[in-house]
Amino acid sequence: MATGVFSEGRAKIAQRTLRTDKWWIQPLITVGVLFSFIVYATWRALENAHYYAEPLISPFYSPCLSTTCVSGSSLLGTPFGHILIFGMVLSPAFIILIFPLGFRMTCYYYRKAYFRSFWMSPPACAVAEPHAKYTGETKAPLIVNNGHRYFFYIGLVFNTLLTIDAFLAFKNPEGQWGHMSLGTVVLLLNATFLWGYSASCHSCRHAIGGRLRHFSKHPFRYKAWTIVSKLNTKHQNFAWVSLIWVAFSDFFVRMVSLHPTWNKYFF
Amino acid sequence: MARTLKLRIWRGDDKTGGLQDVTVEANHGEVVLDIIHRVQATQMGDLAVRWNCKAGKCGSCSMEINGKPRLACMTQVASYPEDEVITITPLRAFPVIKDLVTDVSFNYKKAMEIPAVVMPEGMKPGEPRMQQVDVERSQEFRKCIECFLCQNTCHVIRDHEENKKSFSGPRFFIRIAELDMHPLDMLRNRKKTAQEEHGLGFCNITKCCTEVCPEHIKITDNAIIPMKERVADEKYDPVRWLGSKIRRREEVL
Repeated sequence: MATGVFSEGRAKIAQRTLRTDKWWIQPLITVGVLFSFIVYATWRALENAHYYAEPLISPFYSPCLSTTCVSGSSLLGTPFGHILIFGMVLSPAFIILIFPLGFRMTCYYYRKAYFRSFWMSPPACAVAEPHAKYTGETKAPLIVNNGHRYFFYIGLVFNTLLTIDAFLAFKNPEGQWGHMSLGTVVLLLNATFLWGYSASCHSCRHAIGGRLRHFSKHPFRYKAWTIVSKLNTKHQNFAWVSLIWVAFSDFFVRMVSLHPTWNKYFF
Repeated sequence: MARTLKLRIWRGDDKTGGLQDVTVEANHGEVVLDIIHRVQATQMGDLAVRWNCKAGKCGSCSMEINGKPRLACMTQVASYPEDEVITITPLRAFPVIKDLVTDVSFNYKKAMEIPAVVMPEGMKPGEPRMQQVDVERSQEFRKCIECFLCQNTCHVIRDHEENKKSFSGPRFFIRIAELDMHPLDMLRNRKKTAQEEHGLGFCNITKCCTEVCPEHIKITDNAIIPMKERVADEKYDPVRWLGSKIRRREEVL
């Protein structure tokens, strides 16, 4: 039985959409960037090497929590031992990546990005989707998206750790403080973009003041809410910049690990 | 300066219909609704079109122009290239009555399912006072002109007719949000009914409602997502739920 725009009673129009603009470009770019990131991040997590070049650590491996971690890379100790999966040692990246991945998967902006681009639900506004049925976020697994706030809180812990990593990058390879390199700038920018992404989050906006009914009774929370609301309008920008920069930070640390001269010291 | 415009206008009813080609003159500064009126006056005397204010404030002339949900009175002819054929169809999420006129009664039925604000007991008319910061938030939602372009573009019902019974749509989520954020509203089950009766959980945040809103209301960011977070407070966040039971936070907020 016909449904959607072909339902009984609606205007009889054969095309799924009559849009004449290039509506498919945006989802195509989104798929390209997100797919590239997924492939790169998976490869790097599986590689399980070249993630630490003192004092720089890749954000994909921080905090490094396994006894398999390279010496000096474990800020919080090594509570996890050798974990074997199908006879292979589990990369320490897989122990932690579920949390930032969960934060982004449940993010209100990324929901728009992947529902449009990957699931085509819908691919663009007023372009009919290909699915026969739709239940949205009312059933498993997508109902998990309602727990975005928990990933947000865990994300704050990661931001803190990555900020510490950035400050540790003010050391030189011999462990002496008071130095600054290209790697310091890369990791500082990484932490800044991630804080921007978290601070502009919709769950953050709600927790700061969005849940209030009386703004006038809570002037400080109202003020904070207005600041977060301004950041919130840039959430999409922070989402992309922080995603791309976290991959670049990892790439930079990998290259420094292979070629230490890449990390030029300013002083 | 006049230009010759090529149009394709959908004509028909709920049983049959199709696109008909028309060529018509367009003057500088005219909008699509002007052109439709010229076609009506000179070539298609029985062309049905719903319109009223011609100023983007009544929400009557909602239709789809080159596949995009728009107000015909706010769509400049000059925004289309000279050689482009402009295709005009009725809204595709609702049953068509005739030509460009659709039956949008679905929306009025959904509107009736939302209880109005419930003021505190004993408060008399003229007594309520609100601070400006509390008023501003819901004023954005009061800009809605009920053109139903957001309802029309929402894929939950546009692409799935069967969801209409359990999904109210973005226009009514801003209404529910407005009431739930009202400092004096005493009805405490709006979050529960938003999720369970009005189908808030169907929304997957693809933001098409915001994209087409002629009043530029941030429907998704300022109404739907805040409502989803409020629902999460009650339904999906055990820590918040426990806190609300112990400290009766609802009264504090």
